[in-house]
Amino acid sequence: MLWAEILDAFVGTLRDIFPIVTMILVFQFVVIRRPLPGARRVVLGFVYVIVGLSLFLVGLEEALFPLGRLMAKQLTDPSFIFGGIGHIPAIVHWSAYYWVYIFAFAIGFSTTIAEPALLAVAIKARQVSGGAIGIWGLRIAVALGVAVGLALGSYRIVTGLPIHYFIIAGYVVVVIQTMFAPRLIIPLAYDSGGVTTSTVTVPLVAALGLGLAETVPGRNVLIDGFGLIAFASLFPIMSVMAYAQISGFRARRERSRNPEST
Amino acid sequence: MPQSLKVMARSLLGSLRDLSPAILVVMFFQLVVLQQPLPNLGQLLFGTLLVVLGLTFFINGLEMGLFPVGESLARALARKGSLFWLVAFAFTLGFGTTVAEPALIAVAEEASEIAAQAGVIGSSGQAQESYALGLRLTVAFAVGLAIVIGVVRILKGWPMHWMIAAGYVIVVAITAIAPREIIGIAYDSGGVTTSTITVPLVTALGVGLASSIRGRNPMIDGFGLIAFASLTPIIFVMIYGMVVN
Repeated sequence: MLWAEILDAFVGTLRDIFPIVTMILVFQFVVIRRPLPGARRVVLGFVYVIVGLSLFLVGLEEALFPLGRLMAKQLTDPSFIFGGIGHIPAIVHWSAYYWVYIFAFAIGFSTTIAEPALLAVAIKARQVSGGAIGIWGLRIAVALGVAVGLALGSYRIVTGLPIHYFIIAGYVVVVIQTMFAPRLIIPLAYDSGGVTTSTVTVPLVAALGLGLAETVPGRNVLIDGFGLIAFASLFPIMSVMAYAQISGFRARRERSRNPEST
Repeated sequence: MPQSLKVMARSLLGSLRDLSPAILVVMFFQLVVLQQPLPNLGQLLFGTLLVVLGLTFFINGLEMGLFPVGESLARALARKGSLFWLVAFAFTLGFGTTVAEPALIAVAEEASEIAAQAGVIGSSGQAQESYALGLRLTVAFAVGLAIVIGVVRILKGWPMHWMIAAGYVIVVAITAIAPREIIGIAYDSGGVTTSTITVPLVTALGVGLASSIRGRNPMIDGFGLIAFASLTPIIFVMIYGMVVN
């Protein structure tokens, strides 16, 4: 039973990685026409990636996802939210869903910390920046962005406000921040929007969004159920630029306070 | 070898630490907020063990396989000096990794159901399937194009923020005229396109390229490819929604 699941995940990962490996081989041997440097190690590395990703996915499916999905359902269930009243009011005040916002924030933060793609980018960023951008600093900044994005996205679903108001306002903030942020961080900040939502976050977030849109009175699953991922991809851009601005500001203050030490 | 065992143990501990916030959050909500017992504790522990092992293997494999391959290919292509092959590589990388992406397949299916319910396309299974396939090809093309634009940007050293700002303006302009049902899906499709395998490879491509071209800073010019890949699908999915309409 479990072995079948692991095998399934393994085959699935192989199928995902197959076009990439084919392409790399074609370019390496047909276009560049040179053997791969350190081929043995690289092949072993690919085997590790496939094995690792398969185990990771099966483990999530066994441990976190069923519980997370169940929770998203229970937390949005009217009998939990209006437990004492016994009936569902026709017009719901958005603050009744406070546990949902807290859950969205907490699950967004914690799953982003565990996101492998983000870790990959953080490793590269530290290496390229010569250690100026720490792995943990970047991960926590991105995780905070995802957390705020998901909490706000849940609020949007509960209130039913149109998604593009929020996204466009977010774009305006990003553009303004770009003018003041240190130049070095800008491309990395823009990238962190896209890397946050892959393996871990998307399935949980989708369950939360659809659960909310189904149970909040007056919401349409089709129009209101989507959009959480968009929030989770937009807010890390702001939080990473803010992180760079704050650490730049602190470094400047530190310098002005004790000028001899620098 | 005790040395490599030590390294392995350290990275296992690191993975456990990465996962612990998620475990704590789930336990807190289950036990304190919802006040339910933990179901299948054994299964939960075993699943956590698998996740920790998987994360450890993945990170080690990343540094041994995906990163060096991405960078050495980018360097070799840059040395070759052929714009055609570089652009071809960029497009295939974007298109090839996206068209089979499971998250995208799921989103495309949901979108086709929505389109059928909104009466944009026929409600027959065939009409929905061709709509979903069209959507997948659209997004894959958009990501391929995004990586090409990003690579050309690295070669030319154009500043990133002007291009992203222009992309935002296009998104906002198209939002105003796109059918309302497609907007949520379009915005989401930007986030789901970049998978766990694509991200390290694309990052290595950008950094490798920027560090092998004189006058480029890998920090300023090397990053940013994923940002383009998250922006263009939003635009193209909305256009797709309008064209099919």
